[in-house]
Amino acid sequence: MIAADLSTVLPELLLAIYAMAALMWGVYLGKDTQARTILWATVGVLFVLAVFVGFAPEGTRTAFGGMFTNDGFGRFAKVVILLGAAIMLALSEDYLTRNDLMKFEFPILIALAVLGMMMMVSAGDLMALYMGLELQSLALYVVASFRRDSLRSTEAGLKYFVLGALSSGLLLYGASLTYGYTGTTTFAGITSVLESEDMSLGLLFGIVFMCCGLAFKVSAAPFHMWTPDVYEGSPTPVTGFFATAPKVAAMALFARLLHDGFGAAVSDWQQILAFLALVSMFLGAIAAIGQRNIKRLMAFSSIGHMGFALMGLAAGTVEGVQAMLIYMAIYVAMNIGVFAFILNMEKDGRPVMDIGSLGLYSRVEPARAAMLAVLMFSLAGVPPLVGFFGKFYVLMAAVDAGLTWLAVAGVVASVIGAFYYLRIIYLMYFGEPADALDGKMPVVHFAALSASAFVMVFGIINLFGVEDIAAAAAATLLQ
Amino acid sequence: MTITVFAFYLFALTAVAAGLMVVLSRNPVHSVLFLILTFFSAAGLFVLMGAEFVAMLLVIVYVGAVAVLFLFVVMMLDVDFAELKDGLAQYMPVGLLVGIILLMELGLVFGHWIIADGAPALRQAVAPMPEDTHNTVALGNLIYTKYIYLFQTSGLILLVAMIGAIVLTLRHRPDIKRQNVLEQMYRDPAKTMQLKDVKPGQGL
Amino acid sequence: MPTIILFAPLIGALLCGFGHRMIGERAAMMIATGFLFLAAALSWVVFFQHYDHPESIPLFRWVDSGALSVDWGIRMDRLTQIMLVVVTTVSSLVHLYSWGYMDKDPQWKEGESYKPRFFAYLSFFTFAMLMLVTSDNLLQMFFGWEGVGVASYLLIGFYYRKPTANAAAMKAFIVNRVGDFGFALGIFGLFFLTDSISFGVIFEKGAELSQTSFNFLGMDVNAAEAVAFLLFVGAMGKSAQLLLHTWLPDAMEGPTPVSALIHAATMVTAGVFLVCRMSPIMEYAPGTLAFITVVGASTAFFAATIGLVQNDIKRVIAYSTCSQLGYMFAAAGVGVYSAAMFHLFTHAFFKAMLFLGAGSVIHAMHHEQDMRNYGNLRKKIPITFAAMMIGTLAITGVGIPLTHFGFAGFLSKDAIIESTFAAHTGVGSYAFWLLVMAAAMTSFYSWRLIFLTFYGKERGDHHTHEHAHESPRVMTIPLMVLAVGSIFAGMIWYSSFFDEKFDRFFGMTVAEAHGEAESHGEATDDHGETKADDHGAKDDHGGHHTMGPYVAGQGALYVGEGNNVMLEAHEVPKWVKMSPFIAMLLGFSLSWIFYIYNPELPKRLAAQQRGLYAFLLNKWYFDELYEVIFVRPAKWIGTFLWKKGDGGVIDGGINGLALGIVPFVTRTLGRWQSGYLFHYAFAMFMGLAAIITWFVIGGAG
Repeated sequence: MIAADLSTVLPELLLAIYAMAALMWGVYLGKDTQARTILWATVGVLFVLAVFVGFAPEGTRTAFGGMFTNDGFGRFAKVVILLGAAIMLALSEDYLTRNDLMKFEFPILIALAVLGMMMMVSAGDLMALYMGLELQSLALYVVASFRRDSLRSTEAGLKYFVLGALSSGLLLYGASLTYGYTGTTTFAGITSVLESEDMSLGLLFGIVFMCCGLAFKVSAAPFHMWTPDVYEGSPTPVTGFFATAPKVAAMALFARLLHDGFGAAVSDWQQILAFLALVSMFLGAIAAIGQRNIKRLMAFSSIGHMGFALMGLAAGTVEGVQAMLIYMAIYVAMNIGVFAFILNMEKDGRPVMDIGSLGLYSRVEPARAAMLAVLMFSLAGVPPLVGFFGKFYVLMAAVDAGLTWLAVAGVVASVIGAFYYLRIIYLMYFGEPADALDGKMPVVHFAALSASAFVMVFGIINLFGVEDIAAAAAATLLQ
Repeated sequence: MTITVFAFYLFALTAVAAGLMVVLSRNPVHSVLFLILTFFSAAGLFVLMGAEFVAMLLVIVYVGAVAVLFLFVVMMLDVDFAELKDGLAQYMPVGLLVGIILLMELGLVFGHWIIADGAPALRQAVAPMPEDTHNTVALGNLIYTKYIYLFQTSGLILLVAMIGAIVLTLRHRPDIKRQNVLEQMYRDPAKTMQLKDVKPGQGL
Repeated sequence: MPTIILFAPLIGALLCGFGHRMIGERAAMMIATGFLFLAAALSWVVFFQHYDHPESIPLFRWVDSGALSVDWGIRMDRLTQIMLVVVTTVSSLVHLYSWGYMDKDPQWKEGESYKPRFFAYLSFFTFAMLMLVTSDNLLQMFFGWEGVGVASYLLIGFYYRKPTANAAAMKAFIVNRVGDFGFALGIFGLFFLTDSISFGVIFEKGAELSQTSFNFLGMDVNAAEAVAFLLFVGAMGKSAQLLLHTWLPDAMEGPTPVSALIHAATMVTAGVFLVCRMSPIMEYAPGTLAFITVVGASTAFFAATIGLVQNDIKRVIAYSTCSQLGYMFAAAGVGVYSAAMFHLFTHAFFKAMLFLGAGSVIHAMHHEQDMRNYGNLRKKIPITFAAMMIGTLAITGVGIPLTHFGFAGFLSKDAIIESTFAAHTGVGSYAFWLLVMAAAMTSFYSWRLIFLTFYGKERGDHHTHEHAHESPRVMTIPLMVLAVGSIFAGMIWYSSFFDEKFDRFFGMTVAEAHGEAESHGEATDDHGETKADDHGAKDDHGGHHTMGPYVAGQGALYVGEGNNVMLEAHEVPKWVKMSPFIAMLLGFSLSWIFYIYNPELPKRLAAQQRGLYAFLLNKWYFDELYEVIFVRPAKWIGTFLWKKGDGGVIDGGINGLALGIVPFVTRTLGRWQSGYLFHYAFAMFMGLAAIITWFVIGGAG
């Protein structure tokens, strides 16, 4: 029994053991002098695990009495999380070294956060869900304030922590309402109760509270308020990390909870998600217009994008989940490139985050500017770049599910949102000349940026096969 | 039976009232004391449910250690909570409105509270009856066998909390004297001590 | 070979237009002109070949969508041959002429490059025109049709620094859209009715169409009539017939070679060509044919009246063109398509020459176009004078009556006038009288032009007259070549076009006698000569006065059963044959009296008949009428939609959203993003409360 359970959670187990071993290694063998070694080792481990999970045998396996579900959906999300985290970690090395933040705890905290994410997406029980979420969140709170001498960074961490605690409270309150009605915390048990009995107001409130708690984690409006401050205050690699893996994990968790747990009450939670999606899309699009700081801008961008992903989820169909998975994979790929660029926005060794500093950047660094332009077009969802297809799938799913009004609103929001992406391109190519950024781009960053841009352009051929894989993954979630 | 009911309402009302006072009292030290009262009431409720072990843990760990620690921290930090709350007053009307609406809606939920037909059976399936087993055995079964996964994860969460606390607060100040145990242990009096015969009225 | 003819101008246009920076201005122009001369030479070779049956040369696939299947293809038959010769000959000569005319144009500053552009446009126009005339389906024809429209637009507006030129270009384009709309509807209608737009298919369905009718707005409409009418609307636009004629005089704002090429010899005849090309359909639409006759004759008369009083030398010729096109339509309307084509053919020579001659005069007079400032130029520009003289003799129809001996216009115009009389119908005689009167007026204004320009006293700027000089050789040579055509084209090809044996020339097959069709096949190369026709004259049809019946679609033209107008045209009374000649003499005499004998007379007459004079001078007030009926309401609607609809609603909405609401929301959201924790927490609770309230009020789903 326990052996079968352990083999089911093997990737998580390995990551946990690695994290603790690395901690020991770091503590006893020279502390921060080992930081670089541990960082690259963590990158390697995450990559290996991504491959390991990606090529794991098909099929759905559960462990610990249904608390842990290892299925195709979870594996898809885990591969995206692991790859995203590994790449963002690899990109952070240079920045951490230059800014004197290279501590050996950083990669370990990232590894533990990733472990939490993996637990989240595999959760088969409300308690397991909460545990994974807290493991992830706690690690993220710490890395948000990793630059502990900076007021902004600590403030970011503290805000994130307090508001995160609040959202956890909402989540737990919702979970307890759910438990109160159904008498169980396992998703399978909740589903069986829902299938045989009517929806009660208490359970509905439970769903609402849990959705609100999770909406905080995906930074969906109106639970998004922490996002811009935390994005801005955190060290840039951490911001980049926030924008990728945790978002995928939270969205996957959202899908897991709604479909695995409340799959019989689609019509109820559909309204909540449609509301969240609508508000997020418009807020992300409109509020970003006023931003001059590129990290804040990316924060609002992520809010808007989460709105679109939630639209896919709101469809409540296999296609919707598939669209959401594709959207998130594309979103991660785009953000890797963008943050590879942002990490190098420097002048005289100091980070410059004002978008005005990109004025006529195309004259200084035509290649980088061109690639960033491609990514911005893709983020804006301009055809024929891959970003467009992400939106396209989501909109199709929404229309098929009868949410045409939401799809139309999404199109309008994306038109408004296109403004600030295009403004960056405008600045780079036609704007006022600014003091040139002089950040030297390390090879790793340049590779990530160009690979990301490459994917956005050439992914249109077949999205590198993600479409089919996502479809299979979505099918396993809804059986 | 009536005593049990009476005790339940006593503990329950005390817990709620004390919890309210934790938030409302202007003096932070009072808040902590009310928190301790809440813990005690909760322990009483546990005793009523037959979970004596958990009740004692609550008293010993939370009241005896955590709450007392809180008390020290609050006293040492000397935070002026009243000043912090001033900003809140400005938003009181709107906040109150939202709060009342939420409360009414939650009241609605409890007014219509029902439990699914299958719920008691599902609850029974995991929760041990205190009549059948000892508290400690039941807890051991739940924590170390049934919910081992959650238990281990909790461990990881605490590990993260520890790492976080260390990494965010621990500072290696170069300009202070630090105790080095090994150095102290291996200190050889023969090498470190030197006896000098100082003559009176003369310096070294 | 037809393929080379078709694409040579395109290659020339592309090389000249895009390559002139690389190869130099002069080389670019040489290439364009060279390719055109190549095309012209080949066209003449092709012209002297004979096609028994229309030959289709597919080039490549164009559209293949459902039942609609269209190839790019060339339909080689007599009509195409004629048009090829006309287009390429005139075009090549105009290219050559432009070397001189466009040199050192005062519209352009020193050092500005404009000539390669001009030549590229000319060559492009030629290509589009060839596309039009060689097409073997309606879609390709429409492509050419629009292509020449574009080229015409570009060339009329070539002097883009002149606001009038730009306005004229737009006017031409827009007025043509009206006609094109009809043409397009006609194409749709044909496709709807016959499931094809390929000539080979639809020509055989003429009879079938005349039996079909469809319901439109409660009226039963004969299919053949409807289609023929719609196609003719297209033709009216392109050929500047009454109601849609207003653009043609304005188009004279373009450089004169353009006027010669596009607005005299080629593009404007496309309408005539279309009607002749569609003869297998037209023949089954007697109502439309009558309408064509009326429109044609009326245009001929109407344009001639205006031509009487115009003072701009080019406008006189423009109205003359308009009038002559009316002749052609009148001929086509009474079913004598070959006469229409004949006049088209000869007209191309003498009208191109008149324009080029006028251009030469303008060139000599430093771009002065008002005839009142000319006078006594015959000594100064003798070659131009001679050419203009020949052109005038040709257009007025000078020849020896009752014989086939005269200038080109004499033969073709008389053929038309005789045909209209021979139609023996109401519209026929209406057309006959109008055309005879128009002939008199043609003679009057043509001679008026000559007299005002070349005779009398020198008027206008003395300095200009002193510097008047003969044009360079590149401009006079085209004049001489065209002069040859103007003199002999009529006499040489009279019997080919307008004789009972014209069916052989046009490769038409008589229905019963297939054997005979083959015997006609022998006459291949020499039928361009008049003698060739004699040899079959009394074969077996000579005796009785009927033609055909012909097989529809087998041959360039189709003449319906019982349509013997052409044969009867030869039998008309002597006075009819004499009438155009007499009209011509009348016009000449009046003109002589007015402008040589007593030059004061016109002024007095104008003063006396002020109303009539103003009526004519202002072109029957058509422009003013259109201004009131169409232009102002259209402008009003446009302005309304622009200011209120677009500006108010759409721009206002978008701007309000983009500049008002969105920034406001952005600012508001920015304010909310205060950085205070309790604000953030508060927002979360607001969201939570909103969702919960929604469920409480809206009820659980």
